Amino acid sequence: MDNILKIDNLTIKGYWDGNTTVLLEDIDLQLNRGEVLGIIGESGAGKSTLGLAAMGYTRDGCDITEGSVMFDGKELVDATKKELTQLRGSNIAYVAQSAAASFNPAHRLVQQFAETPVRHGHMTFKQAKQKAEKLYKRLNLPFPDSIGYRYPHQVSGGQLQRAMIAMALGCDPDIVVFDEPTTALDVTTQIEVLAAIRDAIKINNTAALYITHDLAVVSQVADRVMVLRHGRLVEDGETREMLENPKEQYTKDLLNVRRQKCDNTKSHKEVVLEIQGVDAGYYPGQNIVEDIDFKIFRGQNVAVVGESGSGKTTLARVITGLLPPNKGKVLFDSKSVSPDVRQRSLNTLRRLQMIYQMPDVALNPRQKIRRIIGRPLEFYSGLSGKAKKKKVHKLLDMIELPSHYYDRYPSELSGGQKQRICIARALAAEPDLIICDEITSALDQLVAEEILKLLQKLQTELGMSYLFITHDLATVKAIADEVIVMYKGNIVEQGNKKDMFDSPDHDYTELLLSSVPEMDPDWLDNLLLKREKVS
Amino acid sequence: MTFIKLLKQAPLSAKIGMVIILINVAAALLAPVIAPYEEAQKVGSVWLTPGQDHLMGTDQVGRDLFTRMLYGARNTISIAFIITCIAFAIGSGLGLLAATVEGYLDSMLSRLVDIIMAFPPLILALMVLSIFGTSIPILIFVIALIDSTKVYRLARALAMDIRALEFVEVARLRGEGLLWIIRREILPNAAPALIAEFGLRFSFVFLFISALSFLGLGLQPPTADWGSMVRENAGAIAFGITIPIYPAAAIAFLTIGINLVVDWFLQRSAQIRAQ
Repeated sequence: MDNILKIDNLTIKGYWDGNTTVLLEDIDLQLNRGEVLGIIGESGAGKSTLGLAAMGYTRDGCDITEGSVMFDGKELVDATKKELTQLRGSNIAYVAQSAAASFNPAHRLVQQFAETPVRHGHMTFKQAKQKAEKLYKRLNLPFPDSIGYRYPHQVSGGQLQRAMIAMALGCDPDIVVFDEPTTALDVTTQIEVLAAIRDAIKINNTAALYITHDLAVVSQVADRVMVLRHGRLVEDGETREMLENPKEQYTKDLLNVRRQKCDNTKSHKEVVLEIQGVDAGYYPGQNIVEDIDFKIFRGQNVAVVGESGSGKTTLARVITGLLPPNKGKVLFDSKSVSPDVRQRSLNTLRRLQMIYQMPDVALNPRQKIRRIIGRPLEFYSGLSGKAKKKKVHKLLDMIELPSHYYDRYPSELSGGQKQRICIARALAAEPDLIICDEITSALDQLVAEEILKLLQKLQTELGMSYLFITHDLATVKAIADEVIVMYKGNIVEQGNKKDMFDSPDHDYTELLLSSVPEMDPDWLDNLLLKREKVS
Repeated sequence: MTFIKLLKQAPLSAKIGMVIILINVAAALLAPVIAPYEEAQKVGSVWLTPGQDHLMGTDQVGRDLFTRMLYGARNTISIAFIITCIAFAIGSGLGLLAATVEGYLDSMLSRLVDIIMAFPPLILALMVLSIFGTSIPILIFVIALIDSTKVYRLARALAMDIRALEFVEVARLRGEGLLWIIRREILPNAAPALIAEFGLRFSFVFLFISALSFLGLGLQPPTADWGSMVRENAGAIAFGITIPIYPAAAIAFLTIGINLVVDWFLQRSAQIRAQ
């Protein structure tokens, strides 16, 4: 028997406010030494709960009500706290989604690396330090012998994530649980981390649970895949087998997300927004973005892409007038508008609306839906009473939400529903241009796709333009007509989507495009091979 | 949801808190009706033990302690309540304004608050009271001003956090006025923390008044207030007489009651907010 981890009909229940919810139901799982099992599903599917249960841990308010978790022939469900502490960190390790939140900002990387092995008595601090250097090197971190002396804020996000993986591998664990380790990273850094994870577990012959919502990512690292939904198993099997011929409809839907493309080549004439030679930054003389020129036509979808720090959001702030540019002009309808939002006319404000990345913070938690959507109506169009109520209901209908949401608070809605409310709020102003700042990146793939479909439907009905700001090229592929690629505050390439995807001119565009994971288990190998040849 | 339904849902701790507050308020309102004697009437000898004539005994000059307790509730609660309300009106109003407007106004107000806070509160109060004399309006004004600085800092910090959230940006982009943003977007989200602080401040005001009374600059005798009743009778403890326990317990009782209700309130608002 080579099973390092064996979970048998595991059921976990959660208790909130006297209600019981089933988080996981009847899950079986076997993991062999050296094997990587991918666990995928959307948020709320119970992926993380399962990952934590594999370490014999449940979150507060949750309980393992049935089943067993056997680690190397040892039952974890009724193990004592002391036994579990011994196992965790040394035999089972955990890598969380956000390395930035998991590191203590006040200690150097290597100190945090050494904490577990020294505490468990496996190594002295000196040995741990040597081990760290070895692992840093294996994970391709720059300056492996000195990077450990940096503080978490002194390394990049991708490096920090790799440092965290090194920490997890510190005691040569038998199992590592990866909980969305690349979700918070840019596509170009995601590749480095993925390659590092794969190599590191291969060399150590470590078994791993890899939790993610991204099927394309999981197919690069996992030997087998489990699809979870609402706490139940939908389907499991070999990665290749599942990608080639999925059995369940839900898995098929997940697979189709990335494959869907649409070609909406429309003819555009009327310019809605024009940016002329804009330089902008938060201090005079220090420009975050430079030399920005572009036009958006009526009914057109323009996508601004680039990784974090490339100046995309700064650009959006210039357009909305929150950050007056140091140089250059913003023209709306071929007329120059004030660079400062406070001096813009109500009509200009109305015609330019914005949708944000995190619908949770974009909606006031203390206002009911009727107020959130109703306010722009009352503010711009002077509607009140019955007319306002009617319009709000019409808007709810447009965003495909039932009318009884009228009296709800945002907290009673799911992430996708909240984003729909944000869309309705923007629509209420009857805008000509909607800026969509990473609107899908906080959502699950299927939900994100629904949102994009909704936006497309609304566009055909109402004819406004969208400016998408995103690092997710899948969104771009799905919806944009024209693409603007930004890199370090400059536009490096701009043009028609089809042309750019077919033959990118700029090296960075090519790097960016080739970094989007594809649903092909050999994709990462081929890509790394190709890049090696080029360099 | 109707008010009564809401009350029914309250947890036991909050219900206990509400009963305590109700008892205190009732005592304050009905003092002249319930009290067996006049507020400043001498009715017996000094520090009599509790008995049939005097429910709680008598104080250091032979006044009926039960009567004094009732009038004390009336004076202390009403004055402390008014002071806390004024402190919150000034402090949270300016704090929210400063955080929302930023710039010069924020710098000026914050430095002004720093200056006031640089003085030890008791010394500042003593100074102002000895210059302007000790009347109740001045007492209220001085303590409210000193307390408002703390409320200002809290309100400003809260508003700074909320202002950075995107729904505030949405309102700004919509072109909403300053007042609307403060009242509709920021205040409702800062309210739970401010209300919790209200309960705490209210208790501190009690203690502050009693400290001033002890120094002869607070409520003037023979007006009864719980704080000075503790101080004036403190000596009795040395003789094993329990008189000062009553006003001290009353202060503790009311403080706990208020905080029980505030806790429940905080929990409720966290539920709306969370998830």
